[in-house]
Amino acid sequence: MEKLESSRKKIDVSKFMALGALLFIYIFFSVFGKNFFSSSAFVNILDSSYYIGFMAIGVTFVIITGGIDLSLGTVLICSALIGGVAHNNWGLPMGLSLFICVIVGGLFGFLNGNLVARFKLPPFVATLGTMMIAQGTGAIVSRVMTIRYPDLTSPDGWFKYAFYKTRGGFPIGIVWLVLFFAVAYIILNKTRIGRYVFAIGSNEEAIRLSGVNVVKWKTIAYTISGLFSGMAGVMYAASYTSIIPATGNGFELLAIAGVVIGGTSLSGGIGSLSGTLIGVYIMSILKQGLMSMNLQAHYQTLFTGIVVIIAVMLDIYRNKKAV
Amino acid sequence: MGEQLVLMEDIDKSFPGVHALDHCCFEINAGEVHALVGENGAGKSTLMKVLTGIYQKDGGKIFLNGRQVNFSNPNEAQSAGIGMIHQELNLMPHLTVAENIFIGKEIMKGIFIDQKTINRRAGKLLKSLKLNIDPKAKVMDLSVAKQQMVEIAKALSYDSKIIIMDEPTAALTDKEIEELFRFIRDLKAKNRAVVYITHRIDEIFVISDRVTVMRDGRYVDTLDTKETDKDAIIKKMVGRVIYEQSKTKSAVGSDAPVVLEVKGLKSRAVKDVSFELKKGEILGIAGLVGAGRTETARLIFGADSKQGGEIFVKGKKVEISSPRDAVNNGICYLSEDRRKYGLAVDLSVQENATMACLENFIDRGFINFKKEKEVAHEYIKKLDIKTPSVNQLTKNLSGGNQQKVVVAKWLIKNCDIIIFDEPTRGIDVGAKSEIYKLMNDLTKEGKSIIMISSELPELLRMSDRIVVMCEGAKTAVLNIEEANQENIMQYATANN
Repeated sequence: MEKLESSRKKIDVSKFMALGALLFIYIFFSVFGKNFFSSSAFVNILDSSYYIGFMAIGVTFVIITGGIDLSLGTVLICSALIGGVAHNNWGLPMGLSLFICVIVGGLFGFLNGNLVARFKLPPFVATLGTMMIAQGTGAIVSRVMTIRYPDLTSPDGWFKYAFYKTRGGFPIGIVWLVLFFAVAYIILNKTRIGRYVFAIGSNEEAIRLSGVNVVKWKTIAYTISGLFSGMAGVMYAASYTSIIPATGNGFELLAIAGVVIGGTSLSGGIGSLSGTLIGVYIMSILKQGLMSMNLQAHYQTLFTGIVVIIAVMLDIYRNKKAV
Repeated sequence: MGEQLVLMEDIDKSFPGVHALDHCCFEINAGEVHALVGENGAGKSTLMKVLTGIYQKDGGKIFLNGRQVNFSNPNEAQSAGIGMIHQELNLMPHLTVAENIFIGKEIMKGIFIDQKTINRRAGKLLKSLKLNIDPKAKVMDLSVAKQQMVEIAKALSYDSKIIIMDEPTAALTDKEIEELFRFIRDLKAKNRAVVYITHRIDEIFVISDRVTVMRDGRYVDTLDTKETDKDAIIKKMVGRVIYEQSKTKSAVGSDAPVVLEVKGLKSRAVKDVSFELKKGEILGIAGLVGAGRTETARLIFGADSKQGGEIFVKGKKVEISSPRDAVNNGICYLSEDRRKYGLAVDLSVQENATMACLENFIDRGFINFKKEKEVAHEYIKKLDIKTPSVNQLTKNLSGGNQQKVVVAKWLIKNCDIIIFDEPTRGIDVGAKSEIYKLMNDLTKEGKSIIMISSELPELLRMSDRIVVMCEGAKTAVLNIEEANQENIMQYATANN
C-alpha cells in the first residue's frame, strides 16, 4: 500500500531485516542442528509460539500507544485457572468455560485501561499492580491447586482438537493465531481504533486537544491486550493441560521481547503487527534450534536476550543515521 | 573594533537531501554583538552548530585566534571558549541554579560534592553578572527569562569568550528582553563577543553592531548595523515583497452578530475575564507573558478546567469541560507549540488533517482512505501547504506548513471560531505573511478569530479589536482605530 510511505517505510526496513534474520537463523539451524529441518521440528516451532504469539499481538496495541502491559503473563494464567475452575468445580460446559477465560483476560485489560487512561497511573506501575492482583486472584480461585483441563480421553477434551492439534495431528493452533492476527491487523490498520492508537503514541496531548476521547481509545487498547491474554490462556490450556497457580511471571517479557524484535518502538507511535509476528517466530525458532543443538532452555533465554539487544541497537543506529 | 576571534571560511555542509550550508563565511570580533539573521532554514543555526562542533563540516576552514581548529564535539568548543545557548534550554528543572551551573564540573570534597562551595561560587558568578537570582532556587521555579540568564551564566562559568544565542527572546516579554539586552551590553563591555541569532529584525538595531544575513544556506552579506535599515535587511533575507498592510479601520460592522461571549471566566491564572467575539472579526489579545492570555484561551477551549464563568456560542449557553465539548461547539485552538499540542508528528499530513473528525470518514467500521485522501488533497491545495504528498510525515514539514496542517484539521472539522495562540512564533518572515493572509481569508468566509500575540505590530496589523490583559485580568478593550503600541503597553502594565 502506498499509504504513509515514509513512516512505514522505516518500519518496512526493520521488518525486512527482521524477516531476513528469521530466515537466516532458520537456515543456520537447518544446517547445524540435528533433525531441525523436518516437519516435526517445524510443528514444534509452531506449537511453542501460540500463547506468546497471542500475548504479543495484543500488547502491540498497548506499546504503540506508548504504554506497557506487564500483567500479560499472570493474567494468562489467572484466566486459564478461572476457566478451568469454572469447568471442573462449577460444572460449566467446556465452551462456556473457555469463553469465561477470554472474558477474564478482557476484564483485567479493562482494569488496566481505566487505571492508565482514567486515573492517569503510569502504565508500568498500573500493570505491575494488576500483574500481582491477577496472580493472587488466580491462586485464591484455584485454592493454590494445579488445575487440570480435561485431556483427550475425556469427552470435553475436544477443545484440544479444536485449538491445539486436530485428530489427524494438524497444528490447528496456527490457524487460530493467523486468524486473530488478521483481525488485529485490520483493527490496527483500517479502523479508528488503530489510527488513534498510533496517534496517541505519537502525541497524546495534541490528540486530546483535537477533541478525541483519549481515555476511551486508550482503555480499548488495554482491553484488547487483556482479551488477547485471555485467548492466550485458552491456547495455553489446550497446549499444556495443567495450569499451575503462581506461574506466568516472565511470559509477558517474552511477548514484549517479540514486539521489540519486530521493530515496534517502546516510546510509542511506531510499530507493526507483522513485525511482532516475525519477532515471536524468531524466538520460537531459537528455542527449537538450540534444543536441536542439544542446548538447554537457559541458552534460549540467553540468546533471546542477545537478539533483543541487537534488534534495538540496529534500530537506534539506523534512526540516528537517517536524521 | 576588537581583534578577530573567529573566522569561518568556505563552510560547506550537506544533510541527506539538503545542502544546508553552501560555502558560507562568518567572522566574530572581540567585544562585538554580531547578529545572524535569515529565514527558517537559511542555515543560521546550522552554521553555529558547525562552529561549536555539534555538526561536522564537509568542507571549509575554521580559525580561532588565527589558529585553525576543528571541534569534534561541543565540549571541545566550550573549553576553547565558545558557548552556545540553544533555543530549547538545557537545564535540569529539579536541580538548583548552582547545581545546574556546575553540572559536569562539580567541586568535590573527597568523594562528596562540596555543595557549600558550589553555592558560594555560583552566587559570586551571578552577582558579578548583576543577576538577582538565588543560587539555591530550583530552576523550575524561575521564569523563562531567568532560566535563560542561568544558562548564560553557565556558559560564562566556562570562561567563554564567545557566546552564541539562538533566538533568545522567543519566549520573553518586552521587559525581560530589556533585561537580557542590558546583560548583553555588560558582556560586550567585558570584551566578550556575542553572536545573536534572531527572527526579530527590530532587535538587531537595538543590540547589534554588525549583522550577517543568510538565505537558503548561503552567505548574503555582512553590514554595519548603523549603516543599514530594516527594509534593506528584509530584502536581503527574502528577496521578495512582504505582505505588510496595516489595518486602520475595522472590517467588521458594529452590528455584526456575536458568535462567542465569555462572562466572568475564572481560574487560578485568570481573573474574571469577559469579552465577546463578533462574526468575521479578528479579536486580538495583547499582554505580557504571564498575563493569562493562553490560560484564558485554554479555558474557553476546555483544555483546563475553569473555576467559574459562562460561555455563550451564538447566543446559547454551552457547557465546555473538555476540548471535545469545545470542538463540538465549533471552537478550536491552535497552540503556539504546534509540535507539542497541535500535531502527531509521526503521522502523515493526511492523518493529522482528519484527526479531529475521523468519524466522518468511517464506512461500516473501516476508514475510507480514498475519501480521506481527497479531502486532505483539497485542503492542501486550498491552504497551499507545501508537502510532496499527503503521506509526508508532518515532522518533515517546515513550521509554517505544520501550522497550516493544524489549520486544515480544524477547517475539515468545520470549526468557525478559531483561537490562534502566537500563530507566527518561530515562523520565518515569508511564511508569516502567508499566515496573515490565511487569517484574513478565513474571516472573509465568515469565520471568527481570536488572536493571541506578543508582537504588537502583528496585533495592530491584524486585529479589528484588541483585548488587553494584565496579570490575569482584562484591563481594556480597544478598537483598532484607537489602538497603538503605547496605549496597549500602558494597559498591559496597568496593574504594576
